[in-house]
Amino acid sequence: MKRLINLKPARPARVALALLPFLLIAFVYLSASSARLAENPNDRLLPSPAKMADTMQGLATEPNVRTGSIPLWADTAASLQRLGIGVGISAFAALVFGLLSGGLPLFRAPFSPLITVVSLIPPLAVLPILFIVFGTGELAKVVLIIVGITPFLIRDLTGEALRLPEEQRIKAQTLGANSWQVMLRVLLPQLTPRLISATRLALGSAWLFLIAAEAIAAQDGLGYRIFLVRRYLSMDVILPYVAWITLLAFIIDQALLWISRLSFPWYHVDEGKS
Amino acid sequence: MSLVEAKGLEKHYGDDVVLERLNFSVEPGEFVTIVGASGCGKTTFLKMMLGTESITKGQLLVDDKPIPGEPGPDRGVVFQRYSVFPHLTVLGNTIIAEELSRSRMFGKLFGPGRRKAREAAMERLTQVGLQHALDKYPHELSGGMQQRLAIAQALMMKPRILLLDEPFGALDPGIRQDMHELVGKLWREQKLTIFMITHDIEEAFALGTRVWVFDKWRDDPQAPQAYGATITYDLDVERNREDTPSQAKQIQEDMHA
Repeated sequence: MKRLINLKPARPARVALALLPFLLIAFVYLSASSARLAENPNDRLLPSPAKMADTMQGLATEPNVRTGSIPLWADTAASLQRLGIGVGISAFAALVFGLLSGGLPLFRAPFSPLITVVSLIPPLAVLPILFIVFGTGELAKVVLIIVGITPFLIRDLTGEALRLPEEQRIKAQTLGANSWQVMLRVLLPQLTPRLISATRLALGSAWLFLIAAEAIAAQDGLGYRIFLVRRYLSMDVILPYVAWITLLAFIIDQALLWISRLSFPWYHVDEGKS
Repeated sequence: MSLVEAKGLEKHYGDDVVLERLNFSVEPGEFVTIVGASGCGKTTFLKMMLGTESITKGQLLVDDKPIPGEPGPDRGVVFQRYSVFPHLTVLGNTIIAEELSRSRMFGKLFGPGRRKAREAAMERLTQVGLQHALDKYPHELSGGMQQRLAIAQALMMKPRILLLDEPFGALDPGIRQDMHELVGKLWREQKLTIFMITHDIEEAFALGTRVWVFDKWRDDPQAPQAYGATITYDLDVERNREDTPSQAKQIQEDMHA
């Protein structure tokens, strides 16, 4: 018998093992749900899959009487737009400031301590300020995402720039590079894939801030819907919405990974062996 | 006129004296190999040549002018590791030298400019035998091929001085032999002045026209930091070819003592 650390599942076993926890959760839910429904057919807490599918079909096909738009798609579009703008601006700002901070010691000296302190401010604590300053429209929600994830991204990129071997910067200088060229041709291309992987990690927080902002003040959005129907204990809406958000997050995450692998093959050399 | 000259050159870290009493002059075209125990300041000396390590006392002159305090295209370098850019292909790693000097704004060439740069890069890559691996990334190359690439890259700017910091230290003995031939050939063809650090004394004598041994010139057991290393042997290999094996043996014994 081999040691436990050397026992690796073969591919079919690995797929089966990966599915196992999901099937277990589904089984536990279904048995709990049917047990409660058998006692009280009007139970709202653990709706049956049929009930959820029925509700979701309504939300995905029938226009809202008041606004005329189909709720699920309107919510999804609104949330994704906020998330996209927020994360996009954050990533761009992080790349610019990470590059400056990682490349220029004179820029880093005053900037790095500031960003360290700023990154420790709990973003949700400043949400009221954002609502006061930017109103309760789109801007405040986007700004919350930016405030929430940009400092983390900048710190990550600065650290990555400083971890690059000093030899690379020296080499570039012996090839005649000026400061700008070192940042443009040595640091920037190596920070870009790191930005993608850091953004993947930050997306979890970005969703958190988005849904928090939507829960407090919004007219549409996935977070808005969930917190709206909470009053009616509509688990048949909340559970599918949560699953839908998870699916969207998963697709975005995998798309970023795919883009990164395609564009920066050298960055992914050490992974994929497990 | 000598190309590189040191006058009373010293390097201290606080109270630790690393290097002192360095006086030498190196003529254009010399191949200086530097040996010595680990931690005796060989790499510190090379960094002073590069301009990344400051000078505590004395002078280090190139063409009678103090060496610039930062790396520049007149001094090429090959390190033991991390010498090439992981995000560029073999061609990209060599062409970048032309791109950096010709396109100050973008560091990137297009069209006819790029074609010309490509020709120059191809010439260099052919010299080191990498003309068939143009689109490979460094991680796809063996250690020996990576060092060949690093040498091709360092020679793109036609530096007069080439600094090598244990460039073959991580390579297999067989490949090392190939690299010796390559470096020897390029040194003669390009009329380079080379400073090479190595821990392999045979390599030092096989390649260099001049061998320097770095060692502490005086050892005080009460204050081991008080005295730094200097050049304890300065051997002209060309003139004493027939004596070199015995000299190499003598130095090896001294170093292990």
